Amino acid sequence: MIGGILSLILRRNPVACKWIALLAVLADFIMMAVYWIINYDNISVLKEGAWIADIKKEWIPQWGASFHFAMDGLSLIMVVLTLFLGVVAVLVTWKKTIERVGFFYLNILWLLAGVLGVFLSLDLFLFYFFWELMLIPMFFIISIWGHEKRNPAAVKFFLFTQGGGVLMLIAILALYFIHGRATGDYTFDYFELLGTQVSPKVALWLMLGFLAAFVVKLPVFPFHSWLPDAYTESPTSGTIILAGLLSKTAAYGMLRFILPLFPAAAQEIAPYAVIVGVVSILYGAKLAFAQTNLKRLVAFTSMSHMGFIIVGIFSFTTLAYQGVVLEMVAHGITIGALFVIAGAINDRIHTLDMDKMGGFWSQIPVMGGITTVFVLASLGLPSLGNFVAEFLILSGTFQTYTALAVLASLGLIASMIYSLVILQRIFHGRERSQLKITDFSLREKMIMGSLIIVIFWIGLFPQTIFNTVKPPVGILKTHTVFLQKDNNDSAIELNKDIATGWWGHQPMLQSGNKTMKVFPAFTFDYTQINKKAK
Amino acid sequence: MDNILNLLWLLPALPLFGFLVLAIFGSKFSKRAIAFIGVGTVGISALIAIIIGISYLTHTPPGNSYSQTLWTWFNVAGFSPSISFYLDPLSLIFCFVVTFVGFLIHWYSAESMEEGEGYARYFAYMNLFICAMLVLVLADNLLLLYMGWEGVGLCSFLLIGFWYKDDENSAAARKAFIVTRIGDTMMLIGLFLLVKSFGTLNVAAILSGAPAVWTQGSSLAFWGAFLLLGGALGKSAQFPLQVWLPDAMAGPSPVSALIHAATMVTAGVYLIARMHVLYDLAPAVQMLIAIIGAVTLIIAGFSALMQNDIKRILAYSTISQIGYMFLALGVGAYSSGVFHFFIHAFFKSLLFLSAGAVILALGDEHDIRKMGGLRKKMPVVFWTFLFGAGALAALPFVTAGFYSKDEIIWYAFASDKGSIWLWLAAFGGAFITSIYTFRMVFHTFFGEQKTEISYVPGNRIKIPLIILGILSLIAGFVELPEWMGYFAPFSKFLNTALPAVSLANVAGSTETILLLINMIFALLGVWIAWQFYKKPQLLSSLQTGAGKRLSNFLFEGWKFDWVYDHVFVRPAVWLSRIDKTDFIEKIYGGVGGLNLWLNKMFDRTENGNIRWYTLGVAVGAVITLTIILFL
Repeated sequence: MIGGILSLILRRNPVACKWIALLAVLADFIMMAVYWIINYDNISVLKEGAWIADIKKEWIPQWGASFHFAMDGLSLIMVVLTLFLGVVAVLVTWKKTIERVGFFYLNILWLLAGVLGVFLSLDLFLFYFFWELMLIPMFFIISIWGHEKRNPAAVKFFLFTQGGGVLMLIAILALYFIHGRATGDYTFDYFELLGTQVSPKVALWLMLGFLAAFVVKLPVFPFHSWLPDAYTESPTSGTIILAGLLSKTAAYGMLRFILPLFPAAAQEIAPYAVIVGVVSILYGAKLAFAQTNLKRLVAFTSMSHMGFIIVGIFSFTTLAYQGVVLEMVAHGITIGALFVIAGAINDRIHTLDMDKMGGFWSQIPVMGGITTVFVLASLGLPSLGNFVAEFLILSGTFQTYTALAVLASLGLIASMIYSLVILQRIFHGRERSQLKITDFSLREKMIMGSLIIVIFWIGLFPQTIFNTVKPPVGILKTHTVFLQKDNNDSAIELNKDIATGWWGHQPMLQSGNKTMKVFPAFTFDYTQINKKAK
Repeated sequence: MDNILNLLWLLPALPLFGFLVLAIFGSKFSKRAIAFIGVGTVGISALIAIIIGISYLTHTPPGNSYSQTLWTWFNVAGFSPSISFYLDPLSLIFCFVVTFVGFLIHWYSAESMEEGEGYARYFAYMNLFICAMLVLVLADNLLLLYMGWEGVGLCSFLLIGFWYKDDENSAAARKAFIVTRIGDTMMLIGLFLLVKSFGTLNVAAILSGAPAVWTQGSSLAFWGAFLLLGGALGKSAQFPLQVWLPDAMAGPSPVSALIHAATMVTAGVYLIARMHVLYDLAPAVQMLIAIIGAVTLIIAGFSALMQNDIKRILAYSTISQIGYMFLALGVGAYSSGVFHFFIHAFFKSLLFLSAGAVILALGDEHDIRKMGGLRKKMPVVFWTFLFGAGALAALPFVTAGFYSKDEIIWYAFASDKGSIWLWLAAFGGAFITSIYTFRMVFHTFFGEQKTEISYVPGNRIKIPLIILGILSLIAGFVELPEWMGYFAPFSKFLNTALPAVSLANVAGSTETILLLINMIFALLGVWIAWQFYKKPQLLSSLQTGAGKRLSNFLFEGWKFDWVYDHVFVRPAVWLSRIDKTDFIEKIYGGVGGLNLWLNKMFDRTENGNIRWYTLGVAVGAVITLTIILFL
């Protein structure tokens, strides 16, 4: 954020702008990554529901709103991912000449700040503030630096997400007043609101308010209409952030707010949510298959993969929750990489129409090889990150909703088909045009190389991430009644639990609210977060 | 001797190393260096496999198995697959075949692939394939096995489409990948079921725990076994997922030899043999396997009769031979199935390699009707091809194929799960096999020469052929049938990992009689092939009217492609084409359009015309009054 303001001041000097942007994001990234590595041993042994860091400052005491930031393993992972993709997003525009370069980087940095704020806020008012903060720079990025049809795309994006956001605001306010009236303590604080007693019917409506914002952002069928336009028209770095990060804020919101605040209501709508998720997977894949514009195609694959996230969240198993977190990371990396590739191709031949491509392998073997890796990641090849994530999600879902999990698995066949379309139409086959295209530069190779290392790392050694998010994911289990015994060493014993309900749906939790405990906040020696708040 | 078995991880690691080096730096190396790395890594792997095998045989580890854990892949909620390798007689045999035959094929391709671009890419893919295949057979849990399973599928895809500039090759590659993916997805769902039932995917844990958890013939056991079978059918190109293999011949010949004959396509056989306990618990599925095997071997055998492309003949014959392996698994003769895999790997890769040498020599000519007379010109290729063909046709006594195939045919009848129908299918299939095999031999090597030889194979091609040729003759002696003295170290070795076949009560004389019939018909097949070759008019007299339609039907692989195309592919493509712009979009577009329209309408009312306004006020007043008065 500081960097953003600086780059506005220095807008007359484009070189300085991009260096400031890069340094701001990179410094933050290194800080968080180092923090993660140093404290990894502590984090992975934390108790369930423990927080790594917790900072609270008065903001608007009259309303009960405060600067309440806190971080647990889930936030930490998302923050690191945000900053990593942030670096990528800054670097892909490195060599491009951009109009109003200072304002561009200002928007990028504000956008990242908004995303980080969303991942760290524990005050609902503050959360909403950051949620909206993401929207405006994104709108500018699309409408100023986008491609030909940028204006309708930007307006559409704005209307859809704003519509969802307003519903969430209403729900937040309603929750605020209900809690205030019941306890006399008017506050937006997450921990205070967790214990709110709400009648099941009201809880359902409140939850739907939150859900509205999240399903639009994710997006899920049938709220995906803004997605292809916004993803396609936005410039590359915007698309990376949009697809890689903004959709993750929605998934994060569900994990952080919907499940803990309204566990019973979430259980109630779970079957519908899973059905919607399955429809998203299959319908998104089908639309992706039909596209000839490369970016549109990748945009729809994103929708298809987001379906897995919603399926996983509403299946209420630890396997699936861990899978969801990993899918968020893996998908962020994969989709980011695919959009970098799409952007690189567009920069070189000024078209995204795949009918004009073909047989590029002989000209650009490096790009071909790298694309192959990410196409394979996207179709779920084992040893790459997405496979572990999707396996866990489907495997967890299978325990709750057998038939729907089977349907969702069909998405794997579909993902294979559209992924091969990407690879083969661009790089294989005869050369359909006389287009000359140059291979990746060293800078691009380095970007892609680091993305490849990460995708293999989370595919082969995902345990680091699982350990980090174990405390927050573990606590989700106490919010919602779990159907599967956790940490069960004896396989046979596990089986007894499940064998009773196989093939049908597991008995669901009866409605009615559980009273939530307020969790003791653990405070570590941690100062960096202050800087980000400013 | 533990320290020698400790080398196990090197088996897949070496080819992986070769792949990485070639993939990253391959373009900078000379062809010599590329071949050295590509062939060398697999060669060392083969050497280590042999050393491990010897050490295993001399100092059998306790429990007849050895496992090595590299690291825990992940651990979520008690479900913790690890990256670890498991060595027992079954995986040892597969390892040996994969590395040894793989090495010979790499050696061969060092020469045959030298022309043209992509030398480094070729060896990179081939090395990756060997690595993935070894992961598949060595995996100690099904998730890691699945990693190898998808890995070999990927390499198959990449290598079928190796000559990527031709759209047809890309289509064939895509088809192979997608069709096998259908089976793979079934298998994956099967894995979900296993996770749900057992909480683990460790093979040993499942095999020992399954009888306690699943009752014999229960629906859970049925689905578990059935879904895994789905994966096996896709990978092993069995009915009804066999359609991809003939098209897969678009790849280079050594690829067909390695992936689509010797190793990858037998992964299904490995999977079923590995998970045999599940099939014992699901007798219905096991019977299904036998039936699928029988149906496949007949379907593919008839199709092979009609092909003219030498590689397509071999492709159909591969499908048919794997059908035999499935038949063996289906009647509970697991070690016979694996034995046939073992022998088949030698003679089928030999046939593909010699066919490849012929194709290379004749300037990329695939049609056997345009070959001929190569017996004198290419004696080494001729003799090795003949050995392979003899083994494929199971000519009695002298060829290895005789021992492995006749064992299966016998068990199809004699096993307690066998029947006369299965025997008839197996026997009929063997007869057809010998006809189409020798039709191919006669057309290619006898008679007049029809195409000029443009390339003479060198030693790097000939030596692997000779080694495989010798193995195709003598490898069968490790397992002799009972009436020849019952010398069977192979199945004894395997029976420490797989159950022995249980026989129904059949008289000993029956075996002799059935065997005699088999031998006679195998030779009869050769004679018939010779008759048809000598008198082409015999064939053309059959090629009229219904006969022509029938032969067309068989030529096109029983029209499976046509049916799938019309039932699945076209509707899907049609559906995605009509809905390319997404009908949901139209709904939102409609909302926007409606607003614009309303806007325009209301805009019109604001026209500055006093009469309109008065009218509006009057109508509004009337409506309001009506509402107040009447409601």
